[in-house]
Amino acid sequence: MSPVLEINDLTVSFDGFKAVNNLSTAVKKGDIHFFIGPNGAGKTTLLDAICGRVKPAAGNIIFRDGSDVTKLSEHEIVELGIGRKFQVPSVFNGITIYENMELAAVKVRSLYSSLFTRLTKEQNERIKAVLNTIGLYEDRYNFPAKLSHGQKQWLEIGMLLVQQPEIMLLDEPVAGMGRKETEKTGELLRQISRQCSVVVVEHDMEFVRECANTVTVLHEGALLDEGDMESVQKNPKVIEVYLGRGERERLEE
Amino acid sequence: MKQIGNLNKAGKNNITIIIIMFLLCIAPVFLSDFRTNLLGKFVAFAILALGIDLIWGYTGILSLGHGVYFGIGAYCMAMYLKLEADGGKLPDFMSWSGRETLPWFWKPFEIAPVAVLMALVLPTLIALIIGYLTFKNRIKGVYFSILTQALSIIFVVLFVGQQEFTGGTNGITNFKTIFHFSLASGSTKLWLYYISVVLLLLAFFFCKFIINRRVGKVLIAIRDGENRARFSGYNPTIYKVFVYCISAALAGLAGAVYVPQVGIISPAEMGIVPSIEMVIWVAIGGRGSLNGAIIGAILVNLMKSGVSEKFPAVWSYFIGIAFVVVVIFMPSGLVGAFNKLKSKLKSIKINKSAKPAEDKILME
Repeated sequence: MSPVLEINDLTVSFDGFKAVNNLSTAVKKGDIHFFIGPNGAGKTTLLDAICGRVKPAAGNIIFRDGSDVTKLSEHEIVELGIGRKFQVPSVFNGITIYENMELAAVKVRSLYSSLFTRLTKEQNERIKAVLNTIGLYEDRYNFPAKLSHGQKQWLEIGMLLVQQPEIMLLDEPVAGMGRKETEKTGELLRQISRQCSVVVVEHDMEFVRECANTVTVLHEGALLDEGDMESVQKNPKVIEVYLGRGERERLEE
Repeated sequence: MKQIGNLNKAGKNNITIIIIMFLLCIAPVFLSDFRTNLLGKFVAFAILALGIDLIWGYTGILSLGHGVYFGIGAYCMAMYLKLEADGGKLPDFMSWSGRETLPWFWKPFEIAPVAVLMALVLPTLIALIIGYLTFKNRIKGVYFSILTQALSIIFVVLFVGQQEFTGGTNGITNFKTIFHFSLASGSTKLWLYYISVVLLLLAFFFCKFIINRRVGKVLIAIRDGENRARFSGYNPTIYKVFVYCISAALAGLAGAVYVPQVGIISPAEMGIVPSIEMVIWVAIGGRGSLNGAIIGAILVNLMKSGVSEKFPAVWSYFIGIAFVVVVIFMPSGLVGAFNKLKSKLKSIKINKSAKPAEDKILME
């Protein structure tokens, strides 16, 4: 599988502290790629760098078409096909669920088009399909404030999905979700990965085990190990720094 | 499926604006000339309130300097009125300051359409420059509000200081005619009143157009989560500059409508206090609702003239208390409180809420 995103020697520093340190990896097409690691390992910073929220001190991030996303601004990166979901569910509470989707679904987001164009039939169909996928079609004329935490997360994932990105970046999508909701989210991710690559930062090991194709373990901003969950789990270094004692005991049993 | 009714909200809003317009149209029949004139001034304020509602209510940007744009619009109109009143002679305040010729930038204002156009264009241009510089640099929230206050002080100081061009503290006054109709005559006043009402209606539909288009949703999105909007691919800077310019233009229009009816514009109207009062109108009427902005501007000013005629000393306390009460008990203003009451009555009537299927994720 060809990479859609290549990260080369990326370093992001905050006042000299290297949150991401000389990191190189690649995201493959159609992959569900998890980044895990203890707090402060640089996972979220990595996502921030990919979507243009922070600018790296060194290195580059090359998108499939050859452009270096570290040189672009946030909305240009979105137009390129990289969608980002933040840790806290952030949907627009002042407009209906359908309108939330509408904002995400349009392709041209200029002032002119926002003033004078309406959704195409194809875009409407796409919104409808995605709303069905995330299970919010019946609620489409409600305001998101009425949704549960999990539903808000799905709405936000739906907003990303309807953008038809090539890469979707998710920051702890199942944080605060119950077991059942987590399972549904996993199912949703597998479905999404048929259309685009999914990059996930996650703490919930159960969830990682369920969903991950590729796992990259970060530690203090650097790459510790990469591979499928099986192999990563066996790496003693990984067990040491991340999975922790409880996990080690569980593995030994 | 039953929620589809939400889409027809627009129709409901139209009823409110029709009632407002009807009341404004028949008001002169019952009011004295003086009161009608006063109401015309409030209608001008309502136009401005629409602009503040767009930027504050819908986009969440609190501007405390809209007096500046109002003032500039008003001054543009006043320059024209002054030149027409003095019939080719140098305006009185200029000769008092020892000037002998008309400054070059006053010249175009001899032509009425130019003055009217400038009342819209100048505020827009200033807002464009200031808005671009601040929003581009991601200055927002309270910092933006403070900046707009500074803007207001700067303009007041500038207009007071440049007496030979602006009439200083006294401002510009002593107008005689507008488009060659006498400002003193009752029929001109009535015309001006109805023109204000028509302009208010046009401004309302213009704002409604913006709100109903996708751009309106983007503005709300920026209010609710600017970052999320940015990562949905929108460039908030452009949208914020746009809405700032629109609201400045509406303020300018309001100023141009205000001056011929009131007969004077002075730097005091551009200051911080009037600017904050403008925001209070919208807060009391209901931000995030165009009707609310209109109702707030007219109602608060009606109360203001009522209270301040009888008890001149207590007005400031009165509006202060009204503001606090509204903010605490009716965060979305009178219109919001009214809507809440209505939906409460409705839900009592229906008394059954259908809960939509929750476990519908993962479709067919």
